Amino acid sequence: MQKPVTGPSVRGSMLTDPKIRAWAFQILAVATVVAVGWYLFHNTQSNLAQRGITSGFAFLNNPAGFGILQSLIDYTEGDTYGRVFLVGLLNTLLVSVLGIIIATIIGFVVGVSRLSPNWLISRLAALYIEIFRNIPPLLQIFFWYFAVLRAMPPPRDSHALGEALFLNIRGLYLPAPAAADGFWAFLVALAIAVAGCVAVARWARQRREATGQRFPVLITCLALLVALPVLAALVAGSPFTWSVPTLTGFNFRGGWVVIPELVAITLALSIYTAAFIAEIVRSGIQAVSHGQTEAARSLGLRPGPILRLVIIPQAMRVIIPPLTSQYLNLVKNSSLAAAIGYPDLVALFAGTVLNQTGQAIETIAITMSVYLAISLSISLLMNWYNKRIALVER
Amino acid sequence: MSTHVFKPDLPPPTLSVGVLGWLRANLFSNGFNTALTVLAVYLIWLMVPPVIQWAVLDANWSGTTREDCTADGACWVFIQNRLQQFMYGFYPLSQRWRVDLTVLAAVLGAVPIFVRAMPRRWIYAIGYLLVYPWLAFWLLHGGLGLQIVETSQWGGLMLTLVIAVVGIAGAMPLGILLALGRRSHMPAIRVICVTFIEFWRGVPLITVLFMSSVMLPLFLPEQISIDKLLRALIAVTLFEAAYIAEVVRGGLQAIPKGQYEAAGALGLGYWRMMGLVILPQALKLVIPGIVNTFIALFKDTSLVIIIGLFDLFNSIHQATVDPAWLGFATEGYVFAAAVYWIFCFGMSRYSMRLERRLHTGHKR
Repeated sequence: MQKPVTGPSVRGSMLTDPKIRAWAFQILAVATVVAVGWYLFHNTQSNLAQRGITSGFAFLNNPAGFGILQSLIDYTEGDTYGRVFLVGLLNTLLVSVLGIIIATIIGFVVGVSRLSPNWLISRLAALYIEIFRNIPPLLQIFFWYFAVLRAMPPPRDSHALGEALFLNIRGLYLPAPAAADGFWAFLVALAIAVAGCVAVARWARQRREATGQRFPVLITCLALLVALPVLAALVAGSPFTWSVPTLTGFNFRGGWVVIPELVAITLALSIYTAAFIAEIVRSGIQAVSHGQTEAARSLGLRPGPILRLVIIPQAMRVIIPPLTSQYLNLVKNSSLAAAIGYPDLVALFAGTVLNQTGQAIETIAITMSVYLAISLSISLLMNWYNKRIALVER
Repeated sequence: MSTHVFKPDLPPPTLSVGVLGWLRANLFSNGFNTALTVLAVYLIWLMVPPVIQWAVLDANWSGTTREDCTADGACWVFIQNRLQQFMYGFYPLSQRWRVDLTVLAAVLGAVPIFVRAMPRRWIYAIGYLLVYPWLAFWLLHGGLGLQIVETSQWGGLMLTLVIAVVGIAGAMPLGILLALGRRSHMPAIRVICVTFIEFWRGVPLITVLFMSSVMLPLFLPEQISIDKLLRALIAVTLFEAAYIAEVVRGGLQAIPKGQYEAAGALGLGYWRMMGLVILPQALKLVIPGIVNTFIALFKDTSLVIIIGLFDLFNSIHQATVDPAWLGFATEGYVFAAAVYWIFCFGMSRYSMRLERRLHTGHKR
């Protein structure tokens, strides 16, 4: 007679039980992190006490007492450090937004040129990409600032483009629009035109889905957008008066002044980032397999619609994620502005304010958390977008 | 009986082969293309002749002071005059052979790693990675019979290379650990690693350098004072480790689950599974990504100007604002750009070649 089968005897000790080991490791890891954190905190406390540095965020309400080269909001020397933070943040965002717009335009043009059947054009685009993405952005900023813009002539001998654009050592002078009589009528007309466009687009789509007939939405929209504001301007008078910079004495008056620091950093970051964007665009377009083009052609589509309806939607799916990470890089690289004295968040807050107040931990923490917040929110947005457009496979 | 004699083949139409054919196909295939060609030629005409005129034809190549330079062309005299400083910084003149020797040892020692025929390449590589840093540190810093050179005297291209190489060498092991931690099944470890990675990836390097220079002294006990260079190195290493971790994670994710299961079925524990089966495959996949990270790091080393270290870029920048050589900023930056470009372009080409070579094994 056979013995009844029993289960294998459990012999392992607690040391080899994976569950217990996992717990032990995690407890150990957390304990190490807490211990290191506490050690640093303790040291910091004693160091701060020893050096007589106050801590806390009360300094944000103290008057700053220094001037700022460029500010998008009203700022005087008597304003608080809190306001300085706001000025710096806005300046950082200004550089970032300008840089993103220009870099995207250059990047897409160069990326498409890279794929051009024209040999010369594609070589030129490759040259652009290879040159600019292999030179440190900081070096490019310094080049534009110190070698080009600082070497500009004084206001009297400005480089002029027509009668309204001037470039000299003090910066770039542009004509500035100011609201005139017809401004509100113009704005209302523009709003009506935009609303009309949206309505037309929706109606056209519904009609196409119902009857299959097409409607020239783009042309209608453009016509609306041009005609209505022009009509408003004719009826109510010119919407803007242009304040053109003019040379009076030793300097220009009127118009917008773009300080050389801003010009240098925008130019350098756009050119640098555009080289990466161009490569992303190229690889995105190449990632759409040739079979797609052939299939579209065999359906009878013409080159324009093929590009618009087949290639670009699929290429965008590949392009957008790395494109956003380039945008993020540009935002982070905008902190290089500090090196040439453009008053961005890092220069103002981690530089001047830190030096004045000595509150290193608070200022650096605030600066870092701003960048962290920007990064995390963009990557959350990105993840959401990625989920939405991801290929739904069977 | 007459036989049929084939006539010789007609030559292809002259317009579709040879130079003419190439030109027609690539530059003048239609009206739009022709217009583009004209535009491109115009652009080249606009840019190339003035640059050559400035950089070569009108340039000044010999001399010792700024008086030897004429106004029209580039003043390469400036670069020649300061080249030693751009390469070595303030490293004592009599000791510069040590820097040369360090570089020579690095190159000669690394050559066998790239010889594919060599047996036991990996063991040699690991041995090299373990021995060389000590040798390099001893040669550069001194001690044990060599005169000690303080890190404040290091500078120029040498310092740039030191920061880049130490940064990547330190970031690799840390980054691999972080990547493993991020893919771990233990929630606490995963959370710690994700937080660490996302924190460093979310902030600009410049703020990290600021932090290392003003906050690190506050974090540590009073009696410990850390060298400025070491502080920068710590900052760069932590920063790069987060990026390396993401690259390595990409490789780990690309390894099929079957590999993990097979390793588990063989009875390998976690570390052996990773060390013997998963990581060798994953790292091989991500070598190009690691080289790209290294290129980014190499460009980022220029940021140490913020905390006042005299790397290649800062040495050149300081030279351009020197009153004796004022007005030659363009020459200085062009030279700096050329040096960085050669390194970065060389590495990116190498990474592309590797990518092609490594790709073959995984083609279906």
